[in-house]
Amino acid sequence: MSDFATLADAFASRELWQIVGLSLTVSVSAAGIATLLGLPFGAALAVWRFPGRGAIVVGANALLGLPPVVVGLVLYLLLSHSGPLGSLGLLFTPGAMIVAQTVLALPIVTALAHRAAEERWAEYGDALMDLGASRIAALPALIAMARAAMLTAALAGFGRTVSEVGAIIIVGGNIAAYTRTMTTAIVLETSKGNLPLALGLGMVLIGLSTMICASAFALVGRAGWKPGGV
Amino acid sequence: MVRRLWFAILAAAALFSAGGTSAQTQAPETITLASTTSVDNSGLLAAILPDFTKATGITVHVLALGTGQALDTARRGDADIVLVHDPEAEQKFIDDGNGLSPKQIAWNDFIIVGPGDDPAHVAGGKNAIIALTAIATKEANFVSRGDKSGTNALELRLWKRAGIDPKSGAGSWYKDIGGGMGAALNAAAAMPAYTLSDRGTWLSFKNKGPLKIAIEGDSALINRYDVIELNPKTHAGAKLAPAHQLAAWLASQAGQDAIGAFRVGGETLFNPSAADPK
Repeated sequence: MSDFATLADAFASRELWQIVGLSLTVSVSAAGIATLLGLPFGAALAVWRFPGRGAIVVGANALLGLPPVVVGLVLYLLLSHSGPLGSLGLLFTPGAMIVAQTVLALPIVTALAHRAAEERWAEYGDALMDLGASRIAALPALIAMARAAMLTAALAGFGRTVSEVGAIIIVGGNIAAYTRTMTTAIVLETSKGNLPLALGLGMVLIGLSTMICASAFALVGRAGWKPGGV
Repeated sequence: MVRRLWFAILAAAALFSAGGTSAQTQAPETITLASTTSVDNSGLLAAILPDFTKATGITVHVLALGTGQALDTARRGDADIVLVHDPEAEQKFIDDGNGLSPKQIAWNDFIIVGPGDDPAHVAGGKNAIIALTAIATKEANFVSRGDKSGTNALELRLWKRAGIDPKSGAGSWYKDIGGGMGAALNAAAAMPAYTLSDRGTWLSFKNKGPLKIAIEGDSALINRYDVIELNPKTHAGAKLAPAHQLAAWLASQAGQDAIGAFRVGGETLFNPSAADPK
């Protein structure tokens, strides 16, 4: 990124699109994994009653404000070669960035999925059980019923990952052409005093995340779902 | 449609696992260089490292950190070689058994930059100690990196030599921002304030605002860049052989020529000095 003088230069270079590609790969992967884990987990928290359930729900909600820089630091110490997971060789790789952002997005997806599933369960839980469904079989039904809210949960997770910089700059290292994303490039350009370029990259990032959210809603609309409704 | 959405999510997950795997099985010819923002943000490494990669097939991943953090990253085993500029911190790193003897590859100098209207009346001087004394006496704003970088370490040594404890000005004129050179220059331009900068970052910095060079040419302001290979006794796991190739190339004629040929706005930022250390 060090060769870009202006946003026009940046657009003309392949490096920018590589950065955009890595940004999306990392943030979509992390949000996707958080969604795959968080939706069923959130729904399960609504369906089962077990000791410690309340603590997990409170914990997930408390972790909505998990500071990225703390997640980055803890993962850095774990993944460092002198740390317990050093042998994985993940530090300063895109894989480490995905792990960090998954940790950040998971509580958000879980908490929102739980809230949505809990409402449906209160309303339809008895009916589902009367139909002879087991609790485990009720989970996909519950997620499908609350699909609009579940989509919002997934997008909230994506919103967290795509905008995040504190964790990935620590565990990714902002290595050119390897772990540099839109957000870490913005930090770098700001530190080089290239404020117009930093701002331009910020606009590109906002545009991209808006497009992804709009596509998700369009997909939902075509399937006959109404965002916000059921 | 729900199925298609799930499919997209699964595809993303598959992409992740593929990415994770390839990251773990990185080609062996990739090494990690822990370096300083001053050599990376100026564009030097981006300009010269492709020559090294072409000559040797070794790709270099650059971490641009402050010197203190760069040495700490290598100490933990998370980098294979370092390129830094703080003689005292380097000596401690070596004394602790982490590195072999440093090899100077280039030098330039530090400068004190400050507001164009020069509230401490120091502009044009050649003596950093006198200038800092004047800044402290006038209580003119001064931005400190405060991040254990090489630049920060030099700044603190200069205050010590001037017999001034700048922390006494904390909260008023002495602004310890705890950030990189770029952050310090951005802050100094906005306040405005004086600050100590390496010349490379200053020349390539694009948000100078009212800042101008106030002090330059003091021999106390020489800035030496050393490459340090890791000690095989303590860092057997590091990629020592390709790292040695990088150290050797930086000091070689080809590497020195590449460093000397790097210019920003027509100015040479780094003077190659492997043959004749400053």
